[in-house]
Amino acid sequence: MRLGVKSTLVAVTGAALMLGASACGGAKTTSGGDDGGDKKTIKVGLAFDIGGRGDQSFNDSAAAGLDKAKADFNVQTEDISAKPDEPDADKEARLKLLAGKGYQVVIGVGFAYTNAVNKVAKDYPNTKFLVVDADQCKVEGANVLGACFAEAQGSYLVGAAAALKSKTGTVGFIGGVNVPLIHKFYAGYKAGAEKAKPGIKVLPAKYLTQPPNFEGFQNPALGTEAAKGQLDQNADVIYHAAGGAGIGVIKTVAAAKKWAIGVDSDQYNQPAVAEAKEQILTSMLKRVDVAVYDFIKSVGDGTFKSGTKQFDLSNDGVGYAPTGGKVDDIKTQLDDLKKQIVDGKIQVPAK
Amino acid sequence: MTDTKDTSAQPPAWQAILRGLGPRGLLPKIGAPLLALAISLLITMGLLRLTGADPISAIQGMIDYGTTENSIVDILNRATRYYLSAVAVAIGFRMGLLNIGVDGQYRLAAMLAAALGGAVVLPAPFGQMLVIVAAMLVGGLWAAIAGILKVTRGVSEVLSTIMLNAIATGLIAYLLNDQRLAEERPGSNNVATAAIPESGRVGPLNGFLSSLGIDLPGQVYGLLPVAIVVGVVFWVVINHTRFGFDLRISGLSPSAAQASGVSAKRMVVVTMIASGAVAGLIGMPELLGASYEYSLNFPAGLGFTGITVALLGRNHPLGIAFAALLFAFLDQTSDVLQEVDVPKEIVGVMQGIVVLTVVIVYELVRRWEIRSQQRAVASELATGHDLAKEGTS
Repeated sequence: MRLGVKSTLVAVTGAALMLGASACGGAKTTSGGDDGGDKKTIKVGLAFDIGGRGDQSFNDSAAAGLDKAKADFNVQTEDISAKPDEPDADKEARLKLLAGKGYQVVIGVGFAYTNAVNKVAKDYPNTKFLVVDADQCKVEGANVLGACFAEAQGSYLVGAAAALKSKTGTVGFIGGVNVPLIHKFYAGYKAGAEKAKPGIKVLPAKYLTQPPNFEGFQNPALGTEAAKGQLDQNADVIYHAAGGAGIGVIKTVAAAKKWAIGVDSDQYNQPAVAEAKEQILTSMLKRVDVAVYDFIKSVGDGTFKSGTKQFDLSNDGVGYAPTGGKVDDIKTQLDDLKKQIVDGKIQVPAK
Repeated sequence: MTDTKDTSAQPPAWQAILRGLGPRGLLPKIGAPLLALAISLLITMGLLRLTGADPISAIQGMIDYGTTENSIVDILNRATRYYLSAVAVAIGFRMGLLNIGVDGQYRLAAMLAAALGGAVVLPAPFGQMLVIVAAMLVGGLWAAIAGILKVTRGVSEVLSTIMLNAIATGLIAYLLNDQRLAEERPGSNNVATAAIPESGRVGPLNGFLSSLGIDLPGQVYGLLPVAIVVGVVFWVVINHTRFGFDLRISGLSPSAAQASGVSAKRMVVVTMIASGAVAGLIGMPELLGASYEYSLNFPAGLGFTGITVALLGRNHPLGIAFAALLFAFLDQTSDVLQEVDVPKEIVGVMQGIVVLTVVIVYELVRRWEIRSQQRAVASELATGHDLAKEGTS
């Protein structure tokens, strides 16, 4: 009987786990209708990868772009999240659902949407599609735009900042999930640190979880543990590329009075880590919001161009955040490195 | 005395729930699930009402979207995955074994089979067979670890399979690397095994279906019939073979099974292997029919869905089929709910309500049936024997 209770519990927990996993976020919002009837309303549909709105990171950055567009233009928006147990077919179905309902602008956030957008765009020639983080920076179709980001370049600069600010000579890196995308962040970071201060010790990257467990982008407790580990190894600057889990990293590092480096958006201004902001050295900016906003704008004013668009240091699609003035003293060095990358004198490794 | 005997003959409620024991009569057998569905629909509509939505239009929207041809294809494919997963879980449940490790078993199996299929080129039927057999082997062997640990060291399969899930995740992450089993793709954010060559794939079922007069767009999994075959084999083996009898008996009463010469240890290992082998099949329709590679985008978490679907389907092959279709329908149509301002999380709630209502209603109907049988027996005894009549009145 004792086993019985346990087994039932486990079965029920398993069921609950599954239900929890299948319950993903989504929200529909309409606005912007009040600022005039002179312009046609654009209907924008945005499909997230798993995580969705509220991940304090990548998806939220896309959502910020969407919200800004909603505030500035006459648009109606809808966003839908993905489920972890879905194959490509479900992503296609989601895009078809949006396009079929008359959304003229459809955005797939995350490289996983690349194939799905390429396929669905053919069936809806009058709908404009955007893939954020287009895989291998390749898309197909006259109505598709792919946005690619040079994460390694931005990470290179924050790596240099970390090395220049480190007193112990050891800097750390915490990645959310062990996937190629996050490897790029580490590669750039390591190269930048070693360039700025030869002989600096860059700790091996710590990845919080292995795919398909994407908790490493969500669970701050994991970030906290990993940050403690790297602090114990004498790191005094730690860069995280771990989405929501990075909140744990920043708070832990700040509590130890060491430097943390944020990611994706300017985390100095983020309410979730407001208490730790004085210990945020800088943030590696990845302007997904700009990509989304510009795309919606281009469709709105008829300047849409298909193909791919590279967001790198040269057009400030990636970069570092100077907010808070913590990197003012090394700004000239960072800007010099930036110029060398833009001029092609420094090749940033992405692997 | 008779009282205690009666209750001990009945398995405790949790066992009945887990094994899918339900009412025996034909009418309650059909009536109970319908009643449960009606109740859960009412509760769901109440909930929708509470969230401020119009329940009728919400459910109407789901049905409208769920019955479009594109959705039907996706629902069928989704249900195929759920079905195989639920059968894998049900095989264990039938014997009182909780194989929580289906998730790790199918992912590891799909990954290794995908790598094999991408590396070895064989003429048409053999390539596919090689991949499928390899997947079943890997799934079976991975599950066997838990079985062997249970019979040799007494490790609960619940714990060991959960641990093995984590180990499978780590193993896949280690192997799915371009220095090992994955393919080199410069600049890609994805990491995948080499694609299975054209000759090793399984074409969609659409051609066959249209010859039957059913024209569907998209791609119905070519391996959908495999799910049906697995269901039939499951039913035959459980109900009409010595092995199935041993399995059920071992589950119902290990001591009785032991006494009648069934080796409980052997049954545990064999059942785990069978469960794992079916788990190995879960990823096959997607791998051979749609993705042709194991990548970061490969569907994950199906093993956990299977537990719920098996519970809902009462571990019966036909029940699981309906449960898989229902869950597939709910998941497929969850995206559309936002049209009527309902957050799609409500679908998770709906699924929970359906499972709970079905479990509760079945158990209540079963108890009611037992009680009415006992009453019938008692009254018959009462009319037959004067002594009993005196005793009852």
